[in-house]
Amino acid sequence: MRYVGRRLVIYAVTLWAAISLNFFLPRMLPGDPASILIAKMSRNGDVTEAQLESIRRLFGNPEASLWQQYLDYWEQLFSGDLGTSVSFYPTPVTELIGSALPWSIGLVGVATIISFTIGIGAGMFTGWKRGTWVDHVVPSTTLLQSLPYFWVAMVLIYFFSVQNQWFPIIGGYNVFMFNGPEWSWEFVGSVLYHAILPAITIVISSVGGWLLGMRNMMVSTMGEDYVTTAEAKGLKKRRIMTTYAARNAMLPSIAGFGVALGFVVGGFVVMETVFSYPGIGKLMITAVRANDYALMQGVFLVITLTVLVAMFITDMIYGLIDPRARQNV
Amino acid sequence: MSNPATEAPTQDVEPVQTHKVTKPKRHVNGKFVIGAVMLSLIILFAILGPMITQFDPRDSDNPVLIPPDATHWLGTTSLGYDMFSQLATGARTSLMVGVVAGLIAVVLSIMFGVVAGYVGGVTDEVLTLIIGVMLVIPGLPLTIVISSLVPGRSGLLVAVILGITGWAGAAVVLRSQAQSLRNRDYVSASRIAGENPFRVIGVEILPNLLPLLTGQFLFGVIFAILGEAGLSYLGLGPTGSISWGTILNEAQAGGALTRGAWWWFVPPGLMVALVGCSLALINFAIDEVINPKLRSAPLEARRLRKAKKERRAEKKAAKVELKKEAAS
Repeated sequence: MRYVGRRLVIYAVTLWAAISLNFFLPRMLPGDPASILIAKMSRNGDVTEAQLESIRRLFGNPEASLWQQYLDYWEQLFSGDLGTSVSFYPTPVTELIGSALPWSIGLVGVATIISFTIGIGAGMFTGWKRGTWVDHVVPSTTLLQSLPYFWVAMVLIYFFSVQNQWFPIIGGYNVFMFNGPEWSWEFVGSVLYHAILPAITIVISSVGGWLLGMRNMMVSTMGEDYVTTAEAKGLKKRRIMTTYAARNAMLPSIAGFGVALGFVVGGFVVMETVFSYPGIGKLMITAVRANDYALMQGVFLVITLTVLVAMFITDMIYGLIDPRARQNV
Repeated sequence: MSNPATEAPTQDVEPVQTHKVTKPKRHVNGKFVIGAVMLSLIILFAILGPMITQFDPRDSDNPVLIPPDATHWLGTTSLGYDMFSQLATGARTSLMVGVVAGLIAVVLSIMFGVVAGYVGGVTDEVLTLIIGVMLVIPGLPLTIVISSLVPGRSGLLVAVILGITGWAGAAVVLRSQAQSLRNRDYVSASRIAGENPFRVIGVEILPNLLPLLTGQFLFGVIFAILGEAGLSYLGLGPTGSISWGTILNEAQAGGALTRGAWWWFVPPGLMVALVGCSLALINFAIDEVINPKLRSAPLEARRLRKAKKERRAEKKAAKVELKKEAAS
């Protein structure tokens, strides 16, 4: 119980810090960013009253004290008001985020699970086969990890969508066939079809990390006495590999998996932009390009919140499966 | 009395060896060599590349979008820029951003992680909380937010932003290492001897963390180069300079994908990957030094397999022998 309480405190403070950071960041910047921004925006056309309002809200209303603004900010947050988007005026920020969230969670979430499964399986195998030719293949996975993932996306588009028109170039579904998301088999099929290349991108760029982490832990675990004991008892190799070595070697990877799930929403911002995938990442970039600060802050807040929640759940589960974590507070 | 004439011969006498001293076999790590050679070639490219080429990276007088040939080694872009020249100039920016951000991240992770682990108590609680906050706040979205709020960005500023947002993971590892080092006898000894904490950290603890720190620095550099490429691709990187990320940004905007200009977008991404790969290989080698199990376990497994094979061969030979005897 002490473990849970302690973790709760840490997460509460983190939440407070993240929200405050979101509030203070634009106000802490040197110079007078508000007027620079207004100048920049008026160069591109007229500045609407809504935009001015959004800028005042972001950089602070010179008439109110900082403390008062901070209190107002919290009050708005608690009433679920993240402001109004400028680029999609007058849609509320919460509505925009709500419609983008399922896309990111669906695509990146499923791809992360696939990548984790493949990586752990391959890592278990390469760790088991230590000291063979497999050892020389393992370092090449670092090349996969070092590839900029959005570049992988570009190369995939070039080969599979431009050179050979096997897959669509952009989007989350066929916008010419459907006016918007609907519940029909055709639509689901279109979504899956559009998700293949983005999913492959995610798997390619993240599978190496899982593989390597699992392999190294597997090699370390295979040196433990209980594995030798199991071998001496004459257990089946398969049993030693799965129930003795892999089960213990997997612990750190499970923690990593929880964290990775947290980054599902905000981890592949650039990839979503390359594919114009209608998720949170693309929403954020749209906000940045349009100087839509209310939307940007809202998205950032949601991304941070997801990470927090995922990490908290991981912590709790990890405390259950690994008693050592509970002891080490 | 010393006399050079009498002393000289004694030097010729070989010292009597009581036991044979075998030099420890120096193990040259193949991964390290490959990684180091790759890295040096890339650095050389960044230094010499802009000098070799006769084209200015911003010279648009060249033919537009031509594939690689004898004059334009890597072809040209849709604005007529020479790609080789762009790539070489971009290498300087990207590597500079990576190294500076990596250094900042390492220094910050030492400041937070090592100090938290060594000092303990309330300081530890506070610093760990800060580390926890930085760990949870997602790095790339935060850099995007910061970059979008700052209008004119130099390469140095982008490096600082990436460094400030990317140190928390390393700090967690350093903290636990420092915690375990704190209780070692030699650290306790110097603490009891009254050394001040800065000296204990600097002289007793940091040298022991050096391999780990090197690994984290390299990791920080990879992270920053990838981060810079991502930011620049989004148009949020250093303003007005050429980096691998800005080339990718221009390639996307210039329709390199649909116009089939592979020489425009393939090289920058490959360069990023090669830098990452070379640093990761060096990191691998360091890992094997820090964690002997990674090195010894495969060797042991190999030895075991060899012994089994020999044993099997012996058994087989014995069987054949038996059969021969039975036959005769």
